[in-house]
Amino acid sequence: MSLILLAEQVLNGLQLGVMLFLMAAGLTLVFGVMGLINLAHGSLFMVGAFAAAAVAGATGSFLLALAAALAAAAAAGALVELLIIRRLYDRDHLDQVLATFALILIFSEGTRWVFGSFPLYLSIPEYLSGPITLPGGIQYPLYRLTLIAVGLLIAVGLFLLISRTRLGIQIRAGENDREMIAALGVDISKLYTIVFALGAALAGLAGALVGAIQSVQVGMGEPVLILAFVVIVIGGIGSIKGALIGSILVGLTDTLAGVLLPLLFSQFMSTSAAASTGSALASMLIYILMAVVLIMKPTGLFGARA
Amino acid sequence: MSRETQINSLIMVGFILVPLWAWMTDEPFIITLTTKAAILALAGIGLNIALGLGGLVSLGHAAFFGIGGYAMGILASHAQSYDPILETPFLIEGTKSMIVIWLVAMITSGLAALAIGALSLRTSGVYFIMITLAFGQMFFFFSISWPAYGGEDGLSIYVRNNFPGLNTLDPIQFYIIVFVIMALALFLTARLAKSPFGLALNAARQSATRVETIGLSTYGLRLLAFTLSGMITGLAGALFADLNRFVSPTMFSWQTSGEIIVFIILGGTARLFGPVVGAALFILLEHILGGLSDFWHIYLGLLLLLIVLFARGGIIGILAGREVAHD
Repeated sequence: MSLILLAEQVLNGLQLGVMLFLMAAGLTLVFGVMGLINLAHGSLFMVGAFAAAAVAGATGSFLLALAAALAAAAAAGALVELLIIRRLYDRDHLDQVLATFALILIFSEGTRWVFGSFPLYLSIPEYLSGPITLPGGIQYPLYRLTLIAVGLLIAVGLFLLISRTRLGIQIRAGENDREMIAALGVDISKLYTIVFALGAALAGLAGALVGAIQSVQVGMGEPVLILAFVVIVIGGIGSIKGALIGSILVGLTDTLAGVLLPLLFSQFMSTSAAASTGSALASMLIYILMAVVLIMKPTGLFGARA
Repeated sequence: MSRETQINSLIMVGFILVPLWAWMTDEPFIITLTTKAAILALAGIGLNIALGLGGLVSLGHAAFFGIGGYAMGILASHAQSYDPILETPFLIEGTKSMIVIWLVAMITSGLAALAIGALSLRTSGVYFIMITLAFGQMFFFFSISWPAYGGEDGLSIYVRNNFPGLNTLDPIQFYIIVFVIMALALFLTARLAKSPFGLALNAARQSATRVETIGLSTYGLRLLAFTLSGMITGLAGALFADLNRFVSPTMFSWQTSGEIIVFIILGGTARLFGPVVGAALFILLEHILGGLSDFWHIYLGLLLLLIVLFARGGIIGILAGREVAHD
């Protein structure tokens, strides 16, 4: 395998990684601050993608589509938090799993009812399409490179938000002791709604950005949700840093294993056997990675609590 | 007789009378629906050992359901094509015997549950939920990408497997097998809950520190519960595959895991008959609402939300009241 092809796959892995980060950041914040496990996070990813596809179809503007995705997912998140989620904070995890599972059913079937069963398409805008040449002669799609840049920018923004702003201080305080900050006069239920809507907006943005390189369809959120779970289990629940490192790790492992393992096995097997064994093992590899991390650190790489 | 025992007896009578009536009026479809409800109830009874008694919220029980299904699919497909599974170092042939298939399904799903449990039980709470979910997905993706047994398309079996003395293709005779297994599993779970092991497990759920203090290992108790739970769900998977004469990666999907939990919650957590009521209600809703609207999952979702938010004891909780709840 040539070095150029390998570099291309590393970039693909990074691109998957930063998109996973957008999902995992919301999940890990919501868990860290509110102690809530949210299975319906994947539905917010889907809401973002559908909103973007609908607005892009009506206006033809990709930027408007992204804005619509952010707004729709944040609004859906805030609405769901106000109506249902806030009743679940004091409940055990089983109730949270069940109620958010019910939300997935409602979101998925509702979307199918409004948009039909056929997938929608969101196309990459003119100015971001086509490949560009990177140093070293690597040809790489400009859009995917933009995704990596956007993802990393948001990661930096999120770090600044958490470490430098008043809202960030409240979020960190909320993670440590929610009674205490309520006693200090912070409106805790408003803070919870904001954090939930922020996580939802990030998921919706990821949905819209990824929606342009795959089809926009019902059920697109759940595979990503499960990968995001793997990410935060590896990174440690509640840790943004853990979410970033976990995402990159999972993105690279998943992408590189799918390419490299069949090649590796073809050294000592027939090509077809190597392709099937390699791809079967590659699809399991991130879960094996997760198991290894857990054996060494049961609370994840950067997690403090179990 | 407490309220809950009366309700439980009524449910058992229902599981006898409905198919009997369907058999007499020649409605094989009703018998098949009841069979499906009983098999799904069995999967729920399995999970209820881990979830209800042990407090272990496993979102990966589809793994065991699927392993049971594939145990049936692989053994029966090899028997169907007269092609041995393994020739070296020793000969293993496929089989069409239900009893052998059940044993293999329970042993393989039990081993998988032992391995998954041993790793997952190092964690607790929300980590445990996510890890079991991820292990379930691991099996799902493996079953899709492993082409030897149908990959994404699944495996079909032409004729249902054999049980000595019965014609398993006759719906009512297959139902009798399933019903007896479900009743046995209920009897075993009831005994288990009152055994020293069950009491210790229940105590470990309520106060792990106290159980550790008196010298019991909560890890060991939970691992045994998780393994038993996986074995019963695996058996249900083998029966489910036999009912449909078909297995596919869908059995491994995380929606399947979610649905098995839904049975328990609809019926009532930690109630002996919770999964039975839940599975029966699920099949009933699927049949009635599914006939009214293509989008019946919305109504299922709304019902589920209402039960979680406002009726925490599930159906049996509403009917029997709170006095017999476990904690």
